[in-house]
Amino acid sequence: MSDDQAPKDYKESFIHLEYQYTAGSATTTFLNQVKEGRLVGQSCPKCKAVYVPPRGSCPRCGIATSIEVPLTDKGCVESFTVVHIPIPGNPIVPPYVCAMIRLDEADISFLHLVQDIEIDQIRIGMRVQAVWKPKDEWTHSLENIKWFAPIDEPDVDVSTLRFKPS
Amino acid sequence: MKKVAVVGYAQHKILPNAGALNEVELIMPVVHKVFNDLGISQDDIGFTCSGSCDYLQGAAFAFVEGLSAIQTSPPIKESHVEMDAAWALYESMLKIKMGDADTALIYGFGKSSPGNLDSIISLQMDPYYISPLWPDRVSLAALQAQILLQQKIITHDEMMATVIEARNNAANNPNALLTDHVSEDLYQADSLISSPLRGFDCPPISDGASAMVIASEDKAFEFTDNPIWIEGIDHSIESSNLGSRDLATSPTIQNAITNLNLKNINFDVAELHTQFSHEVPFLRKLLNLTNVPTNLSGGPLVGNVMMCAGLDAIGKTFQSLVRDQSDHGIAHASSGPCLQHNMVVHLERHK
Amino acid sequence: MIQAGVIGVGQTNYDSKRRDVSMAGLVREAIDKAMLAADIEWDAVDAVVLGKAPDMFEGVIMPELYLADAIGAVGKPVLRVHTAGSVGGSTAVIAASHVCSGQFKTVLTVTFEKQSESNATWALSPRYPYSPHINAGAGGYFAPFIREYIRRYEPPEHIGWKVAAKDRQNALKNPLAHLQIPGIDEKMVSETPMLWEPLRYLESCPSSDGACAMVITSEDRVGSRNVAWIRGMAVRSEGTLSAGRDEVNPQGGIDCAKDIYQQAGIHNPRTEIDCAEIYVPFSWYEPMWLENLGFCDLGQGWKLTDEGVTALDGSLPVNMSGGVLSSNPIGASGMIRFGEAALQVMGLAEDHQVEDAKISMGHAYGGAAQFFAMWIVSSSKD
Repeated sequence: MSDDQAPKDYKESFIHLEYQYTAGSATTTFLNQVKEGRLVGQSCPKCKAVYVPPRGSCPRCGIATSIEVPLTDKGCVESFTVVHIPIPGNPIVPPYVCAMIRLDEADISFLHLVQDIEIDQIRIGMRVQAVWKPKDEWTHSLENIKWFAPIDEPDVDVSTLRFKPS
Repeated sequence: MKKVAVVGYAQHKILPNAGALNEVELIMPVVHKVFNDLGISQDDIGFTCSGSCDYLQGAAFAFVEGLSAIQTSPPIKESHVEMDAAWALYESMLKIKMGDADTALIYGFGKSSPGNLDSIISLQMDPYYISPLWPDRVSLAALQAQILLQQKIITHDEMMATVIEARNNAANNPNALLTDHVSEDLYQADSLISSPLRGFDCPPISDGASAMVIASEDKAFEFTDNPIWIEGIDHSIESSNLGSRDLATSPTIQNAITNLNLKNINFDVAELHTQFSHEVPFLRKLLNLTNVPTNLSGGPLVGNVMMCAGLDAIGKTFQSLVRDQSDHGIAHASSGPCLQHNMVVHLERHK
Repeated sequence: MIQAGVIGVGQTNYDSKRRDVSMAGLVREAIDKAMLAADIEWDAVDAVVLGKAPDMFEGVIMPELYLADAIGAVGKPVLRVHTAGSVGGSTAVIAASHVCSGQFKTVLTVTFEKQSESNATWALSPRYPYSPHINAGAGGYFAPFIREYIRRYEPPEHIGWKVAAKDRQNALKNPLAHLQIPGIDEKMVSETPMLWEPLRYLESCPSSDGACAMVITSEDRVGSRNVAWIRGMAVRSEGTLSAGRDEVNPQGGIDCAKDIYQQAGIHNPRTEIDCAEIYVPFSWYEPMWLENLGFCDLGQGWKLTDEGVTALDGSLPVNMSGGVLSSNPIGASGMIRFGEAALQVMGLAEDHQVEDAKISMGHAYGGAAQFFAMWIVSSSKD
């Protein structure tokens, strides 16, 4: 008996569960702004840390981040990796740069893509700015930003970015 | 061994659909409430433990998101059970007894509205033989109800009376989800979901969160004049194989009665984690609570936050003893199909 | 505090697919070995503590319910722990807490993952609405922190290769280890494909099926058994997206280590700890954690690795068993560290035994490098 005729010793059985996903009040507020092309963080009323995207809390202090803080779409690469393997179910073609983007005035970073530059030129501290999709494609998602691209400004020393409570 | 007391408890209003509220937005208000009631902060907490289930809302790490509701700078001693938060209380109590902490914050949260609870709970069963049949939670409970009725351990009338009483008792509970009264006629007219269970015999899909603070005997009176002592706590589990269980009784409840020496205690109040109406007369008889006011909060039949309802039973018993200045309370938490895993807690006002 | 010790460790062999056993069979295999090693019968077990990472990995929700029979919990208390990747470590700590609280004498604890039942990278990176779907599994998440470590301290590139080769060489001395790569060396690692820069294929952990169990008992039940005394244990957590968190050198890890050193009366971990099993799922985490755990000053960890200090014949052997880089059943990976630390001080580590190991450390971390669990075990009680 050849291998493909041998009885399989397992069976694939798929579990399918459907969920109605909700993002949370703070994130919903954020996404409503993103749909209009604006990035609005929230700050902690106690330690003043600015969170973007906000999840409604400052885990430093354990309190709600109630204060809205409009931010620019400029920032720097806090760190990054070049991904060489495909993401399951995602059409994006490796290699690509997945970076921790720290927006100016924000105190945490979020993951996004960096493009419009040779991959070996990307470095920690590099200044970048969002490249937005055409306005008519904007939706409730940070995917409105296609990627971040380098801008002609001097690099930032990321060790100076560490949050210090006021 | 150090004695441990419940010193504070807060419950989020139980919602049919918390909608946009995420884990953080459900947890933070109840944690702040219990802290404010006691005049304390996270800095006064020695150990933090939560109970939740990632599958309810389909996130791989919902409990990690939930931790963002808590002050974690400086880093905290913290853990998580993928169980009802009553077991987070259990773990916290061990930490206090061993001297690793003097106080603990416990919280539980659950959002059942985003998914299909029947399908999700099916995945608790044996994945090779039972889960592929997708047995839903109501049908599994109905198996036990049928046996209890057939063996005349409970009656249909007791089930109906339980439902009517639960809705009446909901008036005592500002956080209850179902508060409208149910008449005998209305109950009888309700259609069967899985025989013998009607819609009214089943708990509502609920979203919510609760928080509790416990403290060692050294600390309890610093926080409150009315600590309620955990005089005894016991839990154990039965087989996963329904066919090998005697669903007409509960060896794990019997274990607790023996281990906690409950036989001769006159309880003033009981709160049972009974998700289905037949479980109330069943457990009341097993625990000798027939004459004890039971589920004055309405219990899970008027609001059943998964991963929280067991902790709520303990919290509601605590609140009753404080409010009525009564002596002995009994609380029950459960997990798994047909009351597979049971915890019994004896709460006492006097140390 | 009541003193407790490990009297039995049981591990399955680790493999990419253990299709010869069910989930129940897998956990039972580890339990049977642990109970045999501990020389106890079922009536001696007072409680069972089960740990594993997300239920999503196998599609079984709250598996202590289904596994109640297989883990011997029927009629006994059972607790299910889930603290992300650190779960194996925190489960051991909670099991020991059952004993140290005085509530129980002997506790069986078991952790497992049967990753072949699902797709772990998918389970860790599901597509959530409203979010850019750009994160490619755990490696993609941790690689930027590693790059920041490299930026700060400028270690040479081969450090990662060296850790990867060293741990796999150790695995060749551990017949239970998943990855057995004859002839493994730095060059072989350096020639494997890049996955998430700077991490190459062989600098990353595998996905494994497997289970690890331990029997922990109180001082008065130890009798004449070989025992690894628990001299210190602790957990720490910090919020994922907390401003000011240093993901490269997290405060939670620093505090947790200080806590266990204090409990164990250790003033200089570098000289007083004989060996350590540290959670290193990606090569560079060895030097990063050496610094975080206070074995050396910041920026010096890579030098310990480079000088061979962490090799099996070095003065501070790390991951003698082959570590997470050689076997990674996620839910059990932390407990394997704790159990292997115990085996060392019990003198039972066979071919990967560190000579004369008296004090060893078990370490686990999880989440976004935010959950920590650690213990110190010793061949002597005081």
